Amino acid sequence: MAGVIAAAMLLLALLIGSMMIGSTTITPGTVWDALFNPSANIDHFAIRDFRLPRTFVGLSVGIALGLSGALIQALTRNSLADPGILGVHAGASFAVTVAVGMLGVRGIESYMWFAFAGALLVTLMVLALGSTRQGQSPVVMVLAGVCIGAVLGGFREALQLGNPDAFDAMRSWNAGSILGRPLDVLWPILPFFAAGIILAFAVSGPLNAMALGDDLAQSHGVKLTRARVLSVIAITLLAGGATAIAGPIGFVGLMVPHVARWIVGPDQRWIFAYSALLAPSLLLASDILGRVVMRPGEMPVGIITAFVGAPVLIALARRRRVSGL
Amino acid sequence: MTDGRIVSPRRMPLGHSRVLGRFDGRTALVCAVVTVVITILAVLALMTGSYQLAPGQVISALAGGETGIVHEIVVEWRLPRVVAAVVFGAALGVSGAIFQSMLRNPLADPGLIGFSDGSYTGALVVLLFIDGTYLQLAGGALLGGVGTAVLVYLIAFRRGIQGFRLIVVGIGVSAMLASTNTWLILKADLDQAMSASAWNAGSLNGISWEQVLGGGVSIVLLLAVALMLSRPMRQMELGDDVAMSHGVRVGQIRLGLILVGVALTATVTAASGPIAFISLVAPQIGRRLARTAGITLPPAAFVGALLCLSADYVAQHVAPNPLPVGIITVMLGGGYLGWLLFTEARRRL
Repeated sequence: MAGVIAAAMLLLALLIGSMMIGSTTITPGTVWDALFNPSANIDHFAIRDFRLPRTFVGLSVGIALGLSGALIQALTRNSLADPGILGVHAGASFAVTVAVGMLGVRGIESYMWFAFAGALLVTLMVLALGSTRQGQSPVVMVLAGVCIGAVLGGFREALQLGNPDAFDAMRSWNAGSILGRPLDVLWPILPFFAAGIILAFAVSGPLNAMALGDDLAQSHGVKLTRARVLSVIAITLLAGGATAIAGPIGFVGLMVPHVARWIVGPDQRWIFAYSALLAPSLLLASDILGRVVMRPGEMPVGIITAFVGAPVLIALARRRRVSGL
Repeated sequence: MTDGRIVSPRRMPLGHSRVLGRFDGRTALVCAVVTVVITILAVLALMTGSYQLAPGQVISALAGGETGIVHEIVVEWRLPRVVAAVVFGAALGVSGAIFQSMLRNPLADPGLIGFSDGSYTGALVVLLFIDGTYLQLAGGALLGGVGTAVLVYLIAFRRGIQGFRLIVVGIGVSAMLASTNTWLILKADLDQAMSASAWNAGSLNGISWEQVLGGGVSIVLLLAVALMLSRPMRQMELGDDVAMSHGVRVGQIRLGLILVGVALTATVTAASGPIAFISLVAPQIGRRLARTAGITLPPAAFVGALLCLSADYVAQHVAPNPLPVGIITVMLGGGYLGWLLFTEARRRL
């Protein structure tokens, strides 16, 4: 319990930090005034119009990324699973590119459906390709995800090549960023996030049982198909929604559940709880870092998370004792 | 051993020798048929264009019997592109076959160990910061791709190389490079970014004899090395322990295979930009046509050549406006995945 409180404090500190730190540093007192006692002060504008939405978007997208990662790792029993690596983000971003670039869809309440559909399709494809008769193979699943991601990325580039305007509009979105997303972009997705979060915690118990193996889980009264379908729906809502808002942001969903597992052990309910607290912390910390490293310019948060996350992935691979494939 | 005869491990076949012999016959037949198809398609490609030619004109131009415009069109303009498609396709097919055999997985290709993202990074740096010539672009791509592959190999090396670790390290390093590429594209102005993206799609447009010959010679040499490594490669498919007990020096052979596989793809990438997914698809089609148990190199080479040539033909002449060949091969990759899904689903029913 102390751990949860510590994680919550960390998140709170980063939420405040995200309000304070940027091209100009704003004191905590001014942040407080801007939120609860606003005036025509320029710092108050900066906070209310830019940093508050950005922080709130970071918080929600972070929770969604962390939970979708924890879910996909639990569902596939694969410690290398991540919505980015398995191509789910690529599916969502390909679908959004088609919608925005080719079909002329505007407004997130329209193109979010494409993101959900893309995420769902890729999740199902990866699960199908990654399952062999002996059960799911982590390596095959990862390869299938990478492959699907590469094909969809290629299609996306092809679409963009034929359409310079779409290329221009999509290239910043494709980097993965929580910058310049007004709250209007977030509201339509929030109900889906809420549903995804509730579903995630609802299936955490059955997923615990499924970690022991399908047969044992069934004998404990777990309805396997229902648990799997609900997990896939939750992954779709969370990963698809996060991509629709922020573009593909990788590795948050990979790293955070691992950290959570180090803290609390194998109980999925606690892993999910910690992931929901630590993932937004990681995302906000990366975002703050992205504002600081290249002042006065900014580095999109998706690039920071890749540079933080990829070494973690490599360390995991080097640590793990696996003989051959 | 008592009679003093030592069976050389290198001579030990994978299965029963008669079985292998039958496979070899089938493989030879497949390669011959594919060659005929390639020849027909090549003549067709030499005929087609804004200036249409008859088959007779093409053949006599190739034999040196034509002068003037027909000779110019066939030998100077269209032939280098056709030769490039065939040679590059073969290189890509073999490169993919090496990686799929080594990692024992039908979804592996050199891109997995970071080659494609690394070469794009190299090309982007040349395009955006040096504003380099074509040759510098090729050099940058080569340096980036090979450098990345070496880096991935070194990071994954820990008392030997394991396929699993190689794949995961490759994914990690690729992810960092891919986000660097996204960042570079984001910083560039739209024209530069578009032209970089077009390079990354892979195209045989405007390829000249110098490029074809330069790439072709090194590809032929590399293919010869690959053929030499193919027997220990097949033995390693049975597992490192089995291969070692047959006298294969697993570590060295694996390093050699990675080097050859990457060098083949690197040569193609330097000349034409990355042509995606041929390395993924060709070995699998080749294997199924030849009905071999594992991946073998010759069918992969011939099928790769055929795929690349037909993809380029489609990109040039069938598509409503000429496209980079890489875009057609991406669709090939998509089709392959779809097919894989379909057969997986059917197998489980």
